[in-house]
Amino acid sequence: MDSAQAGEAVTSLFALADCNSFYCSCERVFRPELNEKPVVVLSNNDGCVIARSNEAKELGIQMGVPFFEIRHLVENGHVQAFSSNYALYGDLSDKVMQTLSRFTPHVEVSSIDECFLDLGGFYKVDLHQYAWEIKQTVLQWTGIPVSLGIAPTKALAKVANKLAKKSRKANGVLVLTEPYHIQKALEATKVEDVWGIGRQHARFLKKRNILTARDFAQLSENWVRQHMTVVGVRLLKELRGESCLELEEVAPPKKGICTSRSFGKRVSSFDEVQEATATYAARCAKKLRQQGSSANLVTVFLHTNPFSAQDRQYAASKTVCLPVATNSDMELIRYANIALKTILREGYWYKKSGVIVTGIVPEGHVQLGLLDPVNRGKHARLMEAMDGLTDRFGRGKVRVATQGFDNSWQLRSDYKSPGYTTNINELPTAYVR
Amino acid sequence: MRNANLLPILPQQLEPLFFEYIETIEIPLLASCISAGFPSPADDYLEENINIGRYLIQNPASTYMMRVKGNSMVEANIHEGDILIIDRAQDAADGLPVICILEGEFTVKTFKRIKDKAFLVPANPAYKSIEVTEEMDMRVWGVVVWILHKPVKL
Repeated sequence: MDSAQAGEAVTSLFALADCNSFYCSCERVFRPELNEKPVVVLSNNDGCVIARSNEAKELGIQMGVPFFEIRHLVENGHVQAFSSNYALYGDLSDKVMQTLSRFTPHVEVSSIDECFLDLGGFYKVDLHQYAWEIKQTVLQWTGIPVSLGIAPTKALAKVANKLAKKSRKANGVLVLTEPYHIQKALEATKVEDVWGIGRQHARFLKKRNILTARDFAQLSENWVRQHMTVVGVRLLKELRGESCLELEEVAPPKKGICTSRSFGKRVSSFDEVQEATATYAARCAKKLRQQGSSANLVTVFLHTNPFSAQDRQYAASKTVCLPVATNSDMELIRYANIALKTILREGYWYKKSGVIVTGIVPEGHVQLGLLDPVNRGKHARLMEAMDGLTDRFGRGKVRVATQGFDNSWQLRSDYKSPGYTTNINELPTAYVR
Repeated sequence: MRNANLLPILPQQLEPLFFEYIETIEIPLLASCISAGFPSPADDYLEENINIGRYLIQNPASTYMMRVKGNSMVEANIHEGDILIIDRAQDAADGLPVICILEGEFTVKTFKRIKDKAFLVPANPAYKSIEVTEEMDMRVWGVVVWILHKPVKL
């Protein structure tokens, strides 16, 4: 007999832990003097703002604003800017997730700064107290502030988390288990802020005067199925407190992988574009190997700077079907190069190129060609050795020659903080004066 | 044998690994104590392998490293250039060396409580203790659990 038949209360319970302004918080861990000061983190190539501290938001700095528009604030010392330092953010994220996993054996890391915890069975504990303990422990152990939302479903935990961040009274922790509180929270959440409702659906719903999460939760199941498919129905049930989304403790393999960057400067030479593209292909290959997959298709794209009025504009892409799915650097680079050569034109200033691999299959399911000339066993052993060296000595220390060694096309990162936790030569300093 | 270089190896060994390779580094522990006299091969047998990562680091999620600059803690065996292993999960109990944040800077001192007052005490007679007042906005950032330094050349 299941619990519903037995008349027992439903006991599903999820917490969503979300790091506050994560990238800015990471920069502040080793720069404590920046606490409570405006901090922004810039995108690759220092192009635009991708993370803002609350103080920076209060100054009116918008998400995605081009850096040149706020450069004067940085140069006048009103705002501290950082180039993105993903090695630091990745390492601190690991520490946060490890700390969170002490509080329950079941966790789903949904992004670098966000994690669902399954607290099913924790109904009898004082949830507010427990959430507060989690928050304090993460802050004490890692230096990163987090907000927690606790509710019977993942979608409601998202709602709770958002309100926990916004509300001064909640101060970063909100438990939604009482029906009355859940209704109040749904009322306070705009429909476009509900997890899983995209821009188009939000527009569609608002036109029909469905403005809040509560309005949405009151719709009929049939109507939602008709207009928003089964995905919408699942969300509807979740907002009504019926848990439909399980914890995904193991992230499913990605179906497509893209590596692309803007160049640090305008690039016109074939060699430089080729080196960059080869490097992106190698990164895709490494990501494929990390998730135990191989790709059947490789797409290469490139374009000029669409914002530059004086330059002639050009953009193109080309997809190549591989004879046998692969995750070898050498093979992917070879085919990416073939694709690139068909689209590369002389006389343009290129701003960005990228490689996308699709048709991803598990490594063990690769269909071999009858007359396959590639010694795949040898490639696999070579890649294993290269990955070992990369892990030990850092990215790019061992590479395929096509990737080049000059790399003048690489990103600009003028405001990068040290690798405080990932490079022994860049450890933070404690003064004993 | 690898253990002969135990101390000088440590910082280098930790360099590429940080916390990813911790499980893989094991160093043999010899059964006998090292005597400063003539080495006796009879004593030279293996007792067990020590996982150096687990030995040094109890709570990987809350462990950080920092480099030392200055000399106010020399009598506590903390020298300029040393690497400190810091655990933020430990409580700053009386008498422990702690990393704290004072006016936006990290500093390492011994934490002492005398009656209802807190002090940061240096380990060098040339320096004075600092009485912690509310205006200083002092925060303890972690407790020093290990000091890594190379042996002194004589």
